[in-house]
Amino acid sequence: MAPQTLYDKLWAEHVVHVEDDGTALLYIDRHLVHEVTSPQAFEGLKLAGRKVWRTDSVVATADHNTPTTDWERGITDPTSRVQVEALDANIRAFGAKAYFPFRDRRQGIVHVIGPEQGATLPGMTVVCGDSHTSTHGAFACLAFGIGTSEVEHVLATQCLLQKKSRNMLVQVDGALGRGVTAKDVVLHIIGRIGTAGGTGYAIEFAGSAIRGLSMEGRMTVCNMAIEAGARAGMVAVDDTTIEYLKGRPFAPGGEAWDRAVAHWRTLKSDPHAKFDRVVAIDAREVKPQVTWGTSPEMVATVEDRVPDPEREKDPVRREAMERALVYMGLEPHTRITDIRLDKVFIGSCTNSRLEDLRAAAAVVKGKRVAPNIRLAMVVPGSGVVKAQAEQEGLDRVFRDAGFQWREPGCSMCLAMNADRLEPGERCASTSNRNFEGRQGAGGRTHLVSPAMAAAAAIAGHFVDVRDWR
Amino acid sequence: MEKFTVLNGLVAPLDRANVDTDAIIPKQFLKSIKRTGFGPNLFDAWRYLDTGEPGMDNAKRPLNPDFALNQPRYQGASILLARKNFGCGSSREHAPWALADYGFRALIAPSFADIFYNNCFKNGLLPIVLPEADVDRLFHDVAAFPGFRLVIDLPAQTVAYADGSRTLGFEVDAFRKYCLVNGLDEIGLTLRHADKIKAFEDKRRREQPWLFGA
Ligand code: SF4
Repeated sequence: MAPQTLYDKLWAEHVVHVEDDGTALLYIDRHLVHEVTSPQAFEGLKLAGRKVWRTDSVVATADHNTPTTDWERGITDPTSRVQVEALDANIRAFGAKAYFPFRDRRQGIVHVIGPEQGATLPGMTVVCGDSHTSTHGAFACLAFGIGTSEVEHVLATQCLLQKKSRNMLVQVDGALGRGVTAKDVVLHIIGRIGTAGGTGYAIEFAGSAIRGLSMEGRMTVCNMAIEAGARAGMVAVDDTTIEYLKGRPFAPGGEAWDRAVAHWRTLKSDPHAKFDRVVAIDAREVKPQVTWGTSPEMVATVEDRVPDPEREKDPVRREAMERALVYMGLEPHTRITDIRLDKVFIGSCTNSRLEDLRAAAAVVKGKRVAPNIRLAMVVPGSGVVKAQAEQEGLDRVFRDAGFQWREPGCSMCLAMNADRLEPGERCASTSNRNFEGRQGAGGRTHLVSPAMAAAAAIAGHFVDVRDWR
Repeated sequence: MEKFTVLNGLVAPLDRANVDTDAIIPKQFLKSIKRTGFGPNLFDAWRYLDTGEPGMDNAKRPLNPDFALNQPRYQGASILLARKNFGCGSSREHAPWALADYGFRALIAPSFADIFYNNCFKNGLLPIVLPEADVDRLFHDVAAFPGFRLVIDLPAQTVAYADGSRTLGFEVDAFRKYCLVNGLDEIGLTLRHADKIKAFEDKRRREQPWLFGA
């Protein structure tokens, strides 16, 4: 047999049927569900008199709308409450393997809790009505976001109609410098290939720098594969993967564990497997990244200045740059480190896991948030992350420095709850999207790593975390 | 789902690259648990001068006169002409729901984001990819000729100027085309293979039992 890529293997393992034009019916192992993209799907099922095909594939939580303060008061926003209650009712009516409702201590961002509970296992197809489902690819899963009609399709049939993507390899070799993180790697990659660079591809991230990352770091990288236009990003199984999964609540145990591990070990690209596109990155060249515009590809290093649209030859790009600078309220040639901030957000499915909070806490320990920062907040990715962080005393470190320590959820990543930017406010954010209005109408988002966000909160403006003392 | 065969429609231009789904339908409108009613908030942040919130009377809100869709000449448009990477960002199906609810039935761009592209087909909305140069020319012609219309023939896979002066071909997957032309419900189609799915599932359960279980 011809050598196969990891993606080829995952694909082949799940094909149930192929239509004449190559559209495949793909079997889905894990279906993650949250409150925003599921109500219309359950409604569709009900109207058609259909049942859920396999309830033990469904793991659900409420995360997008849930408040991050005053949990004892419940959800006060009536429209948010309706959506969360609709999910409660739908899970009650249709069933699930697990449901972590609002205020459950295991509740959290859907992409944080899947891996944390061991509900995401290597070799699975994982889908969710959410584009950042690519996160789960860190476990050598074929994981991708779907729309609500597809959520309904998976609920009803356990399958999805899919066309195979092409294979892209992003090979990151070498050692990362001190203070340079997985977030910087993925922003660097997006800066290189652009937000449409991965369109039509499934990306495998490989190379010594990727293998050197923890599972948390790999999740950060795969999480943002979607921002490079790829529906799926993935990393092969190695010891790090297996170590992480051992003992997780939903991971297999005993003899099943050994059998599973034997299979998981095969989940990597064969030597000489053919990729349609290969991008090589030298990890030593990656520096701390800061986005300056309204698309993740509008990114610079912390040493750079805001670029000048005058120098851009392509008229469509130039116009986009000009519009972005107006929206962001930035002048060309401004030093990135001269950009002053109003708010700092540490959270989201990109960077809200324990490792991220530790990195941020290490930077702020014993220091104080700058007076010009109106709000600096840490929103753990899940109740489990929150409890672990508190056990280590990280909450104290943040609180002592002047940060707010919140309840878990999506929070200001997309500002569907009360956490948001006011028009014109500028934020250093560890999330994944800096689109216009993403964190609140008129809000200005700069995407950075947790360490960079933490340092910016203390300094009041961006600083190169490599120089941090 | 509504069938899509031949559409003779007025074209409206949206001359921006990388239009994301947050721009197509801002998140404050995602709290609805229905599929309809998103049209008045399509491109909300660009279309109105104030900040939109659910429950507002949209008819009373101040319109942004500079936004293309607000210009009288584009009222009633059913074809949206756009730039590259249209529909990037979140997977929200509310984006195609909003476009369809507004009255669009077809979109033309040099490229679309993946998930968005998929979502369109499930909602009777046809996304058409044309080469950048053709799209450029269309932008030019839409601006130059008020009332500019295109005839989209899905069975023939062509986009033609309404006066017959130009015809362009486009690609579409045979299966998607089949579903759209016949207005078919994909779930029903898939359930024809229920036995095959069951057999696949049983085998998988035997080989990798750890993937199953309540
Ligand atoms: S944290 Fe942000 S990107 Fe992640 S699932 Fe929530 S809203 Fe989406």
